[in-house]
Amino acid sequence: MKKRIHFGLNGRPIAFDADDEQMLLWVLRTDLNLTGTKYGCGEGQCGACTVIVGGRAVHACTTALKHVAGKEVVTIEGLARDGKLHPLQQAFIDHGAFQCGYCTSGMLLEASAFLRDHPKPSRQEISAHMERNLCRCGTQQRVLDAIESAADQIGAAS
Amino acid sequence: MSRARGISRRSLFKVLGGGIVVFIGLDPLTTRAQDARRIYPEDFNAYLVIGENGRVTVLSGKIEMGQGVLTSQAQMVAEELGVELAAIDMVLGDTDRCPWDMGTFGSLTTRMFGPALRAAAAQARQTLLALGSAKLEVPVAELVAKAGVVSVAAQPGRQVSYGALSKGARIAKVLDEKALLHAVAEFRVMGTSPKRLDAVEKVTGAAKYAADIRLPGMLYACILRAPMHGATLTHLDTAEAEKLDGVTVVRQAGLVAALHADPQQAALALGRIKANWSTPAAKADTQSIFDYIAANSGEPRSVAARGDAAGARAGAARLFESRYTKGYVAHAAIEPHAALAEIRNGKATVWASTQTPFPTRDHIAKALQFETKNVRVITPFVGGGFGGKSADGQAVEAARLAQLTGKPVQVAWSRSEEFFNDTFDPAALVNVASSLDPNGKIALWDYLVYAAGERGAESFYDAANLRIRSVGRSMFDPASAGASVHPFAVGPWRAPGANMNVFAVESQIDIMASAAGMDPLAFRLNNLSDARMRRVLQSAADAFGYQAGVAPSGRGIGLACSIDAGTYVATLAEVEVNRASGKVKVLRIVCAQDMGIVVNPEGARMQIEGGLAMGLGYALSEELRFRGGDILDRSFASYQIPRFSWTPRIATLLVKNDQVAAQGGGEPSITTAGAVLANAVFDATGARLFHLPMTADRVLAAIAAKSR
Repeated sequence: MKKRIHFGLNGRPIAFDADDEQMLLWVLRTDLNLTGTKYGCGEGQCGACTVIVGGRAVHACTTALKHVAGKEVVTIEGLARDGKLHPLQQAFIDHGAFQCGYCTSGMLLEASAFLRDHPKPSRQEISAHMERNLCRCGTQQRVLDAIESAADQIGAAS
Repeated sequence: MSRARGISRRSLFKVLGGGIVVFIGLDPLTTRAQDARRIYPEDFNAYLVIGENGRVTVLSGKIEMGQGVLTSQAQMVAEELGVELAAIDMVLGDTDRCPWDMGTFGSLTTRMFGPALRAAAAQARQTLLALGSAKLEVPVAELVAKAGVVSVAAQPGRQVSYGALSKGARIAKVLDEKALLHAVAEFRVMGTSPKRLDAVEKVTGAAKYAADIRLPGMLYACILRAPMHGATLTHLDTAEAEKLDGVTVVRQAGLVAALHADPQQAALALGRIKANWSTPAAKADTQSIFDYIAANSGEPRSVAARGDAAGARAGAARLFESRYTKGYVAHAAIEPHAALAEIRNGKATVWASTQTPFPTRDHIAKALQFETKNVRVITPFVGGGFGGKSADGQAVEAARLAQLTGKPVQVAWSRSEEFFNDTFDPAALVNVASSLDPNGKIALWDYLVYAAGERGAESFYDAANLRIRSVGRSMFDPASAGASVHPFAVGPWRAPGANMNVFAVESQIDIMASAAGMDPLAFRLNNLSDARMRRVLQSAADAFGYQAGVAPSGRGIGLACSIDAGTYVATLAEVEVNRASGKVKVLRIVCAQDMGIVVNPEGARMQIEGGLAMGLGYALSEELRFRGGDILDRSFASYQIPRFSWTPRIATLLVKNDQVAAQGGGEPSITTAGAVLANAVFDATGARLFHLPMTADRVLAAIAAKSR
């Protein structure tokens, strides 16, 4: 059953007709052609599709459109603002916190939502929080380094 | 320097425009080893083009799957050609544009392809110097070529750019192996760690992977899978699926699929297909597979032999006999296999996540009954390969479905399909018998490996009497008895076979060290005359702050070393074993590696760390459960790969060795992961684990068995 759905996407309001039981992942990737959000498992087990909905990091593969309506969605395409990389994106580059890059979008959005709520996390807290995000290339150590350093930088700037 | 033969220069420049082109032909022996049937121009593995605008295009059949070769190949060209990294455009894994390559695996890109790439760039620099000499009317000896400019050494103002020299030029050269390479001391770009060329794309979501490619009118396909390997379809009813609006159902021998412009509708339609299957009885399962392999394998072949192993065995005062086993392991890249295929005007174009674009092209051509020239495979970024994307079933499926439907078709495997269709690292076993002389020297080393192949089986220890045998030359050798005993497909998995072999070898060495009452490092050094390995071991131990002690010391410190892909590696780890739960926590790892010349130190460290972090999985948790052809683990919920909380601090040390050409980097470190942790668990608890992975249950059982 198609319905008119409204939500904010990377700072811009959008509206379109869709079945609101559809999962956000496929709407992003197929209807909106935002392919930076990745499919990894389709059952909320790997974190590759993590996006931010209403300030919370969620798995787009298990989030139905009806839970997105009226909220603000941030995808990897919206993390950099005004042509400037988010401090986390820059830190991932500086620390070499990716290899194949497939899990990177999800890692960045998970970390970004986390740092907003936890401005001064310990390394252990970061690690515990990132536990649901899988990386097969084995970049975990550098991802933690990058998030720690971005947290310091964001903290210093605010 | 010889002129390019084969394809005409005219047709070449029609494609390229003008410029200076250098073909890179690998050593003829290497080329022959890759594929004896290849002829020119396909036996030239890449080339570089200096365009009239001064930009340098490097075309290479290698692909980028995270290992960083996009950047390291560009560094090698920038170094030898004398241009800035930013002046280089890389084209990887496009079968229409890049000359033939067998695939990206075996840690070969830098050590085998790298020298040719460097030489080609050096040769292009010499060509530019010759052109510059004519243009500036100054002898070559008085010129310098750098930053994309040829200038007079004594008068830097007198100069001409590479682009200006290429303008109007139509020069095609074939690589001369005697090209003058920069010495290590002259390195300006090699030996440094510039920002990865894929960095910004990968942190902004702009990087495209195979499943991200879109074409107008494309359909998404969901393919009917058997419930288990070896099952045959007995009844098929697609009527309910076909009732869905916009669905196309394909029913072909061996290929039943539901396709739709919306991937979720395609999945819904697949769910409405009714199928009955006849399933074969299981011959082996997760527990029985090792006995099954041993009982059903063929004759072993000799890998190495010296002295009198039989005599030493008969005369041994104490024989150490062990049997080591390891289960099947999945590749589990976070990107499942995906491909998009389009057929237009008799030509198929397929974007595929593959490590082997050229063999994939050939497989597609065969399936479509097309000539290979009418198939083009384009490889976008690959989201992790580890050997698993040397298998390309999804690309063939997409091409067949595009042919059958007349529309562009994407096949993107679900996670469950990815587990089901994987070509697993095989279950394998090793039997070792060894003995010591009274001085703690290895008197006997009698080694037999089943199903893992020979990589990592050869010994670098000075055993007086030695016999090493393997059933199956490699794990995926179709002639090997090893390959036919598996209930589903197996294939290369990061350092194929070496993870099993190094686990067995280095565990056995530790067993003997402990029995001899010797410190494991001292024991190894006492049995090693290989100076490179001695230096790497000592460097790793020093970096770790290692204090000698006889295992089990209770400290939880393990040591293991190996030679893989030409690289020497030594790893130490410290673990904590929870005696109540059996859980192993890795506290820290130190890894030293002598990999010859290092092209990109930071990239090399990332591969070392990545290998060890990934290796925690096959060491501690990863073992595919199955019953016959039925794959029981099909999700990350039950098949546990390493997570953040498992990952310790991993310190890396690159042992400088500029006397040796660059060696492999993607695989060596992971080969030590199983052994180093098994040895650390023994040091912590006194319990020896002979089976990987060392799950908590197994650690508890081993501790309990020891105290009985």
